[in-house]
Amino acid sequence: MKGKLVGMNGDRAVAFAAKQADVDVISAYPITPQTIIVETLAEYVNNGELNAAFIPVESEHSALSAAVGASLAGARVFTATSSQGLALMWEILWIAAGLRTTIVMAMGNRALSPNINIHCSHDDAYAARDTGWLQFFAENVQEAYDLTLMAFRISEDHRVLFPSIVNLDGFILTHATEGLYVLDDEDVKAFLPKKKPVNPIDPSKPMTYGPLDLFDWYMEHRRLQYASFMSTPPVIKEVFEEYGKLSGRRYTPVKTFNVEGAEVVLMVLGSSAGTVRYVSRKLAEKGKKVGVVSLTQYRPFPVRELIEALSGASVVAVMDRSVSFGSPGAQLFMDTSTALLKAKRRPLLFNVVYGLGGRDLTPGDVEKIVMKAEEVLRRGETPEEPVWVGVRGEE
Amino acid sequence: MSESIVLKLKTWKDLPIGGVIPEPSTSLYNKTGNWRAMTPVLDEKKCIKCLLCWIHCPEPAIIRKDDDSVKIDYDYCKGCGICANVCPVHAIEMKLGV
Repeated sequence: MKGKLVGMNGDRAVAFAAKQADVDVISAYPITPQTIIVETLAEYVNNGELNAAFIPVESEHSALSAAVGASLAGARVFTATSSQGLALMWEILWIAAGLRTTIVMAMGNRALSPNINIHCSHDDAYAARDTGWLQFFAENVQEAYDLTLMAFRISEDHRVLFPSIVNLDGFILTHATEGLYVLDDEDVKAFLPKKKPVNPIDPSKPMTYGPLDLFDWYMEHRRLQYASFMSTPPVIKEVFEEYGKLSGRRYTPVKTFNVEGAEVVLMVLGSSAGTVRYVSRKLAEKGKKVGVVSLTQYRPFPVRELIEALSGASVVAVMDRSVSFGSPGAQLFMDTSTALLKAKRRPLLFNVVYGLGGRDLTPGDVEKIVMKAEEVLRRGETPEEPVWVGVRGEE
Repeated sequence: MSESIVLKLKTWKDLPIGGVIPEPSTSLYNKTGNWRAMTPVLDEKKCIKCLLCWIHCPEPAIIRKDDDSVKIDYDYCKGCGICANVCPVHAIEMKLGV
């Protein structure tokens, strides 16, 4: 591992990464559990450690609006949010993506109200899934730091030019102090040269941004945005590889663990992957094979890599830290189901809802999911509704 | 304007990214005159050159000449009728059709 070993919580690690990225503008509004990120950045700016404009806005809607303007003016821009804050940003999310800004936003994943909860669900990440932002999920503090640095490089690449969200589980990662390796400032500087803006706001070359666009051209603009967004994965992979050479930490869009020869595979996002892998390791000691598949890249959804990762599975439990009312399953389940329609051979698929509002996912819960998967495989049929794990009133 | 980028756009593959209009004054290509249902017709003999129509036209589709007489720019006039309404000497009449 390259760099210096330090202890930081997820929020501080993300703020440190944004500082090393030498951001020009931070436009943010505090909301638990990401508050420490913007507090830390405010300290850096106040101490003179970071030469950036810190815009303390009056709401998240304004936070992202100012970030859009700054990004279009050519600045490297960072912001952060969670849950209700993301909800308030929602209309600007589409605008930030459609105008091809390169904002990097950390999201301390938190459950949506009601009832008021400050702990982890993936409601907010999922709420942004269709808006045209690249999305990455960190599994630990190290990944939150690494992905923040990589997100700037990916977003600002001229073959990409889309904003990025780096997801880190509220409290589990935002507030937990872990050891991580941080790169030298010089290495980061070489990895992240100054942003070269495309079509920046320039009074000597006037352009119209976000004009009225009716039935005559709107559809062509969406067609172009779609094609551009879908062409980003090779660049993401390229940046992952380059960062791997720089840091010694290798990233891939999809992570697999113990999948070879495993009939049962559990699929998961974020910090829970560690718990699920722990159980997989314990079961492997007893001779039982359970595979684990987790995603680092969530948008664009890595369809081909996922099909490959699940190609040996007979049954897959897709675990969602969210619930989608009235949908045929929660969000990761729907994505996975659709992706697997393109596979030659499909495993049985069922949905698990777990961990809402910060409810712990215990190793015992994971074992229950494995048992449920084995039962699904034995019977050859999947449950109609998601299986709720760790909730009072279910067996 | 003959060098215009936007007039050369044919398919989504030609578009600049971010949905920008990459040059100024492209609204001139949008001849809104064909939106008209009613057409203002000016009787120059009645006109007293007060320029109230020129001030009030929201488009602006009233062209002011050097001697303060006016001309209606039918390429962009949408036929809203404000000019006819404000004219103190009824020199502008709204007629049905384009």
